[in-house]
Amino acid sequence: MFRRSAETTGRTVTITVDGVRVSAREGDSVTAALLASGLDFTRQTVVSGSARGPYCMMGVCFDCLVTIDGVGNRQGCMVPVREGMAVSRQTGKREIGR
Amino acid sequence: MRNDYEVAVVGGGLLGSSIAWGLGKLGQRVTVLDEGDIAKRASRANFALVWVQSKGLGMSPYTLWTVRASETWSRLAGEMREQTGLDVAFQRPGGFHLSLSEAEMAGRAASLDKLKNQPGAANYSIDFLDHEGVRKSLPGIGPDVVGGSYCPLDGHVNSLRYFRAVHTGLNLFGVDYRPGHAVSAIAQVGGEFRLTTAKGEIRAAKVVLAAGNANQTLAPMVGLSAPMGPTRGQILVTERLKPFLHFPITTLRQTDEGTVMIGDSREELTDDTTMKLPIHAVMADRARRMFPLLGSANIVRTWSGIRVMPRDGFPIYDQSESHPGAFVACCHSGVTLAPNHAYDIAPMIVRGALDGHQVGAFSARRFAAPAAEGGKSYW
Repeated sequence: MFRRSAETTGRTVTITVDGVRVSAREGDSVTAALLASGLDFTRQTVVSGSARGPYCMMGVCFDCLVTIDGVGNRQGCMVPVREGMAVSRQTGKREIGR
Repeated sequence: MRNDYEVAVVGGGLLGSSIAWGLGKLGQRVTVLDEGDIAKRASRANFALVWVQSKGLGMSPYTLWTVRASETWSRLAGEMREQTGLDVAFQRPGGFHLSLSEAEMAGRAASLDKLKNQPGAANYSIDFLDHEGVRKSLPGIGPDVVGGSYCPLDGHVNSLRYFRAVHTGLNLFGVDYRPGHAVSAIAQVGGEFRLTTAKGEIRAAKVVLAAGNANQTLAPMVGLSAPMGPTRGQILVTERLKPFLHFPITTLRQTDEGTVMIGDSREELTDDTTMKLPIHAVMADRARRMFPLLGSANIVRTWSGIRVMPRDGFPIYDQSESHPGAFVACCHSGVTLAPNHAYDIAPMIVRGALDGHQVGAFSARRFAAPAAEGGKSYW
C-alpha cells in the first residue's frame, strides 16, 4: 500500500515482527517501518477484537499500539526503530507484566 | 384536581433512577427532575462494588439491608438485560480486602469481629486468610500481602452501564426524564406538591428527594432533614488488560472490559476539580505492592468525585409528617443498594408509607440522638 519516496535515505536496520525479519531504515518509526513492509493492520481492538491500523502517525490516536521488546501497548509511531528490535502485533488486550 | 404526575423524583442519579425505575415498573406516572449531563454525579465517579463485608458497624439493620441487596442484584441485572438488552456485568465471585502489614490485618480482624458481635448482626461468613490462602484465589499477589478477608457475598458491576440501562428502562416505562430541571423550591398546596425548577413548575401528588448531598437543602422544604457529610475520593484507571484479577478487592478491581480501577481515597474536601498527586502516589504504590505486575501498567485516566454521605455514613430513608407524600432517600452506596431502591423502596412509595419494620432504623430522627460512630466504613 505504501512505497518509500526516492528521497528516503539512511542505513538499513533489521527488526523482527512477530519473529519475522523485516528491513527498515534508520529514522523510521516502528509504525512507519511496519507500513513500509506491507502490514496494513497492527492490532485488534481490546473490547470487540476488530482489526486496526495506524491512523494519525503523530502520537494522538493510539491505534498503532504494538508490543516492543516485550512491553505492550507502546505507540509504534512514537518509537524509532533500532537494530534487532523485536516487535509483535497485539491481539486484544495487553497482558499484565508484558 | 389532576396532578401532572403521581410521583416526582428529584435527582436522576443511580438512587433516584433506581427508585423511579421501580415506580415505572409498577405503572406509576412518574417524572425525574434532574440537573442533566453537567451534574456532578457520584453515579459516574463511583468504584462500582456491590459490597457487604464491613458494612454496618454501628447499625446492624444496615448490614441486613446490604445483604438483601447483594442477594437481589442478580435479579435486577437479569431484568435490566431483558428490558433493555444491556448487560450490566454483575458478578458475585466474592470479594477480598487485602492487608499489607500485620497491624492492618489485626485492625481488620478487630473491626469485622465487632461487626459480627453486634446485636441483630447478619449471619454470613467471612474468611480470614493468610498470604498462601489469598494466593490460591489471587495468584498475582506480592510478598507484602500479609493476608486478607474474603466474603462470598461481595461482587461488582459495570455501574456506568447500569446507569445507562436504568435510564433506558425509565424511557421504556414511559417515565418523563427531565434534564435541566434543578429544583429550587417545593411547596405543598392543597394536597399536591409544586416544585419550582429551572424550567418551570412541576406538580405531583408525591415527591421523592433523591438529590444526593443536595438533599440537605431540599429536605427542610418538606419538613424532613438529611444531614450530610460528603467526602471526596480519587480513582486511578489503567489501560485495558487481559483478565487477571478474578475477584474484586476493596481498593482494586478489574472491570468486565479489562481496565483496572485503583481506589479510593477519602478526603475531607468537596472540590472535585483538582487532583492530589501525593494521594495518587500512595494509591498506586499500594496497588503495586498488592500486585507487583501492575507496576508496568499505564494509568490512562484519573478522576475525583464527591461521595454522597449521610453524616453518620448510614442511609437515610424517611417520610414527612408535616408534608404527607414527601419522602427522602440518600445513601453512600447507590450501586450496592440499587435493587432495594427498585424493589423495596419504590413499592413503599406507591403505598404511601415506608415500612418501619424494614427501613425504620434509617429515619433521620436518629440524628436527634447522640451520634453513632463508625458508620463511614464503606468497604
